[in-house]
Amino acid sequence: MDSLQQRSSTVQEPPGAVPTYRPTPPPAWQPRTDPTPLLPDTEPLRVLGTDAVADADPALLLRLYAELIRGRRYNTQATALTKQGRLAVYPSTHGQEACEIAAALALEERDWLFPSYRDTLAAVARGLDPVQALTLLRGDWHTGYDPHEYRIAPLCTPLATQLPHAVGLAHAARLKGDDVVALAMVGDGGTSEGDFHEALNFAAVWQAPVVFLVQNNGFAISVPLAKQTAAPSLAHKAVGYGMPGRLVDGNDAIAVHQVLTEAVARARRGGGPTLVEAVTYRIDAHTNADDATRYRAAGEVETWRAHDPILILERELTERGLLDEDGRRAAAEAAETMAAELRERMNADPVLDPMDLFSHVYAEQTTQLREQAAQLRAELEAEGEA
Amino acid sequence: MTTATTGPAAAKAGGGAGKAKPATMAQALQRAMRDAMAEDPTVHVMGEDVGTLGGVFRVTDGLAKEFGEDRCTDTPLAEAGILGAAVGMAMYGLRPVVEMQFDAFAYPAFEQLISHVARMRNRTRGAMPMPIVIRVPYGGGIGGVEHHSDSSEAYYTATPGLHVVTPATVEDAYGLLRAAIASDDPVVFLEPKRLYWSKSDWSPEAPAAVEPIGKAVVRRRGTGATLITYGPSVPVCLEAAEAAQAEGWDLEVVDLRSLVPFDDETVCASVRRTGRAVVVHESTGFGGPGAEIAARVTERCFHHLEAPVLRVAGFDIPYPPPMLERHHLPGVDRVLDAVARLQWEAGS
Ligand SMILES: Cc1ncc(C[n+]2csc(CCOP(=O)(O)OP(=O)(O)O)c2C)c(N)n1
Repeated sequence: MDSLQQRSSTVQEPPGAVPTYRPTPPPAWQPRTDPTPLLPDTEPLRVLGTDAVADADPALLLRLYAELIRGRRYNTQATALTKQGRLAVYPSTHGQEACEIAAALALEERDWLFPSYRDTLAAVARGLDPVQALTLLRGDWHTGYDPHEYRIAPLCTPLATQLPHAVGLAHAARLKGDDVVALAMVGDGGTSEGDFHEALNFAAVWQAPVVFLVQNNGFAISVPLAKQTAAPSLAHKAVGYGMPGRLVDGNDAIAVHQVLTEAVARARRGGGPTLVEAVTYRIDAHTNADDATRYRAAGEVETWRAHDPILILERELTERGLLDEDGRRAAAEAAETMAAELRERMNADPVLDPMDLFSHVYAEQTTQLREQAAQLRAELEAEGEA
Repeated sequence: MTTATTGPAAAKAGGGAGKAKPATMAQALQRAMRDAMAEDPTVHVMGEDVGTLGGVFRVTDGLAKEFGEDRCTDTPLAEAGILGAAVGMAMYGLRPVVEMQFDAFAYPAFEQLISHVARMRNRTRGAMPMPIVIRVPYGGGIGGVEHHSDSSEAYYTATPGLHVVTPATVEDAYGLLRAAIASDDPVVFLEPKRLYWSKSDWSPEAPAAVEPIGKAVVRRRGTGATLITYGPSVPVCLEAAEAAQAEGWDLEVVDLRSLVPFDDETVCASVRRTGRAVVVHESTGFGGPGAEIAARVTERCFHHLEAPVLRVAGFDIPYPPPMLERHHLPGVDRVLDAVARLQWEAGS
């Protein structure tokens, strides 16, 4: 500052020149007074493997462990079902189980989850029936459950389009006087969509009780993060909208749970939205139909395997004497039971009524749809007779 | 409209002169882009996953490697941004070829498409043309989950200023895409995704003149009735025509290839010959392309018609989940039912 003034004072002003420019804020500019820091930390928050883990509740650690084991098993089972032709497609969250589950467990029952098509595991961790969670991907209906029953919006395929919905629902709940929080999940690629930006802006302007969780798993199908954004981190995007950005190690279930719990609490007490970026990695391909060798090196996957969310939690629990061989076996057996049940239920052919095509297009069927329904019924009858 | 021809670049692309190798529609589309890029440095391909991956359907496979990432670009994941940026690039003299990954994922770009791409020439009194191709894999029949099977052509055809084109054969995929890229106007290029893997002995090594956009073609000659169709429904109609022969019905099949501009001449010539017409498409019927086509045919051929123009279309419902799509898509039986309803005994 001093040197600047010195330099400007040495400039020879010609007579009649405009007065020296003095930088002052524009008249309407107001400094920000909210003490919550908006900028994320430079390093993703880690709890596992640090001294901070001593504060973690052992019961929570064990619960997360059991859920991660179940989640991993769910991923491998669903992937196997694609190979058997029981699922049309499955976008695996192998490697991302910690963000999926720890985030879902940070919600209260009255809260809402707005998942993307990848977030079956978060939905299941929240209590959704594992088979109903797969309906979209099996192809028997678009949404296999009543969203109000579980307070889980339909798994959303068009990217980032569920985010404004989360803002609207959270806003509506607040208008009604309910202390409901919405958690909206999106991938790193989805943050490039206009809907992401509009949702964040609305949320901040309305101070809506919503938490945005970006699972940065490194790729949007084949496109790496560096081609998606030039921002220092995705959490940094929060600053421009006027909400805090938080960066967390997405493979550290405890850290994710802590950051999400804080963000949810903040939203619930009227503190407004938070953007959380969980840094993680997609171990499997984008879906079973994708060939990941086209765009990434095998070595990269291996470095992330060493930072596996289950591995690092298990190590911690074992070192602290919270988990022994019996505990591991119990968790594995519970997961196996879930998988066996899932397999069995998914192996039954869903019973479908083609007439359902016309059932829920409108509250009351139009004349045209009644005609078309009659046409299909006649076709089906003719088929049956043939 | 410019007429593009396969040239020396095409021969090179095909690996030298020789006999034709079977190619898929996806490969023909890829060769069309490659040849256009080789001939014209202003042609740029861009979209989600079009570079390293070569597109989720591999239609842009190898282009980034051959022409560099500046000519075949993996964009950030934002359809409005992709098409909006293409508008600016076109303003500065480039010819962007934009890939929308799936039909229903083009919707975020509608603002740019309808408010700018389609009307830029008009609002600038011709000063600012928009030579942009918007490639959209569309339609059902591949067991795709929700939002992967829409037939969105009616939205496009309802927007003045856009050409709307859809190939049904490997040959046309190449020729029409070359013509689309050469066009000085925006072209919505609808790729029937269930025909991506259909094959033909076509080869770009055999130079073929490419017809300008806007010409329909008679795929099968017949005398009794005309099936007017396009894109994914063309093979269905050809199959129906074969099956109809057993019933003594001799059907003509017209493949429109282009919805805008519409080839009234070829269509009406056919209907005047046959006296009967059925329009077949898988997009919804109410307010769908068939409504326009049936009206045009009736207006122009009324005195030649021996029966009303009928439509066979998808039901007026959101595209169903894969396990039910066969009940929705117009198949051979539904086409034959319509043909039967043309009251043959009355006229013949
Ligand atoms: C609007 C829209 N455009 C394109 C797609 C096609 N698509 C499906 S998943 C995907 C990549 C998503 O990447 P990201 O947001 O990082 O989430 P991830 O799959 O890694 O969880 C794309 C491009 C889509 N579903 N929606």
